[in-house]
Amino acid sequence: MVESFSPRIVAFCCDKSGYVAADMVGKLRLSLPESLDIVRVPCAGRIDALHLLQALEKGADGVLIFACHEENCQSLTGNIRAKARMGYLHGIMERIGLEKERLDLCNLATNNGAKFAETVLQKFDELKKLGPSPVE
Amino acid sequence: MKSGSNLEKILEKGLFAVTGELGPPKGNDIEVVKKKAEFLKGYVDAINITDNQTAIVRMSSIAAGALLVQMGLEPVIQMVTRDRNRIAMQSDIFGATALGVKNILCLTGDHQSFGNQVDSKNVHDMDSIQLIDCVRIMRDGGTILGGEEQIEGQIKMFIGAAANPFGDPFEFRVIRLAKKINAGVDFIQTQCIYDMKRFKEWMRMAGDMGLIEKVHILAGVTPLKSAGMARYMNKNVSGITIPDEFINRMAKAQKPAEEGIKICVEQIEELKEMDGIHGVHIMAIEWEHKMGQITEMAGLLPRPAVS
Amino acid sequence: MIKAEQKPVDEILDFLKPHRKILLAGCNACVAVCHAGGEKEVGILSSALKMARKKAGQKIEILEDCSTRQCEPEFVQELKEKAEEVEAVLSIACGVGVQTVARMFSDIPVYPGLNTTFMGETDELGVWIERCQACGNCVLHVTGGVCPVARCAKQLLNGPCGGSQDGECEIGNDVPCAWQQIYDRLKTIGQLHRMEEIIPVKKWGRESRDKGPRTISREDLKL
Repeated sequence: MVESFSPRIVAFCCDKSGYVAADMVGKLRLSLPESLDIVRVPCAGRIDALHLLQALEKGADGVLIFACHEENCQSLTGNIRAKARMGYLHGIMERIGLEKERLDLCNLATNNGAKFAETVLQKFDELKKLGPSPVE
Repeated sequence: MKSGSNLEKILEKGLFAVTGELGPPKGNDIEVVKKKAEFLKGYVDAINITDNQTAIVRMSSIAAGALLVQMGLEPVIQMVTRDRNRIAMQSDIFGATALGVKNILCLTGDHQSFGNQVDSKNVHDMDSIQLIDCVRIMRDGGTILGGEEQIEGQIKMFIGAAANPFGDPFEFRVIRLAKKINAGVDFIQTQCIYDMKRFKEWMRMAGDMGLIEKVHILAGVTPLKSAGMARYMNKNVSGITIPDEFINRMAKAQKPAEEGIKICVEQIEELKEMDGIHGVHIMAIEWEHKMGQITEMAGLLPRPAVS
Repeated sequence: MIKAEQKPVDEILDFLKPHRKILLAGCNACVAVCHAGGEKEVGILSSALKMARKKAGQKIEILEDCSTRQCEPEFVQELKEKAEEVEAVLSIACGVGVQTVARMFSDIPVYPGLNTTFMGETDELGVWIERCQACGNCVLHVTGGVCPVARCAKQLLNGPCGGSQDGECEIGNDVPCAWQQIYDRLKTIGQLHRMEEIIPVKKWGRESRDKGPRTISREDLKL
């Protein structure tokens, strides 16, 4: 069972960092899990707590936010806001018994294609060990 | 005479008054009250009984005060507005006077978050100034608050209040004293004084406003027990600043306790000479057995017998 | 405006235990402004509740809605159709809204999803502070526009007490002393003499909630 389980990951990617890095993954000829869904957003600050939680509710085993490095957001504090919202949701997840690891954030730059791939694959392995989302 | 209390008589005669303080037990052990009272007997004119001080539940100040009356001593019952509404406070004033209590100290009270009932609801139906006004109406008007109805009997209370010259905003502190005087206070006991400079400044301001002729001011003092206590109070007790000079003296002393008493006696001697100071209120907290020594050294004995 | 905070999700889950289909009703007025009970919060709470119940193997169906103002019967009436379909309503309006819903849909249980905390102002984004306790007889003209009833830890009317130190209340935690603020304001506007007046005892029993629910009745507005 566990071997055949391929975790579904939804990655919200900031257009100014995460999305460009994701694009680079192909150029670097690195591979990503097929079960990865990428959602392009203009800024990590645009990702609402509602979107993150609904991704989990609608079937994601894990959700990743790819945001710019702190102090490097083109909209000043979008990345900080995303982090704060993740913190808020971790509180709710804890109370409803959903592992906090299912929602994570990675700060990177446009040229971090390798880091993007590495983060997704690490989360993929982590979720595999964690098992399918209990709300599935 | 407003109340006929010993304290009132002493002050009205222009004698220098001495009051002490007694914290009732955290329970109903009468022996604790008796033991502490014995330490104070003969050294003071009246004894303040604290009312659930720092919001720690203790025997009621009126009950402990009544025990003192039975012992032939004179209590000043403290009453905080934190725990009772105007119905309960007026009822308790009826009861206290019926039991022979003749002095009351009207206080706001420490916030309940300091005590051992942090989840309780504070009342503050009245504040301390409104309570002074209320007791005055009961005594001089013979009615209860806002009432036309005559009180059955007479409320003979000598009305006191606290003043903290060390609270902020400093310029307001004398205005607050004026408000208490206007509300009808007869005597004031101050917060314990260490910063004599600020206290003198406060007295000067009170003098300028013509307040010191209108009320009996008893200066509050507390002997320091150790340098550690001095530092702790300086840092943690709101409204108390202890000059470095005293902290250093305490730290260098071979016998800190003796040094603390020495400082206290020096302060009393300085206060005795000040215009408008009609007495001292010595708060020897959990050090009641030192009262004899302090009053003796300060030349306050024997206490006068007045009639 | 009225400020509120969401109750912990586990507490809500606990009282929803017996129900399999509910209406989650928000309010687009005050509680939406403080991000506790608006449309978005309806979505987030709904999502969290559904996941928790799914995980526990007791699925719950949640209809969602958000009234313009849940304290007005005519807007609550709009929830009627949905309310008839469900076993219970979870309202994330303030305590007023919850009661309007309870009164309008008297045959089903209504649960509060928020703790209504106070009437206050926005200090900064995400921070709200209490400013009014609706005591029923405003004294702000005497106190320089700073309310001692809502802002003094002892509700003193003739403060500050002896515990005021360097502008801070004796209870600590960086709580400012309301009476220091009143003093500063009155000094600035040249009305320090107000501090000398004795403010008499308040008529809590006649003007405040102590006499039961207060009502305002305006003949000119009645139909």
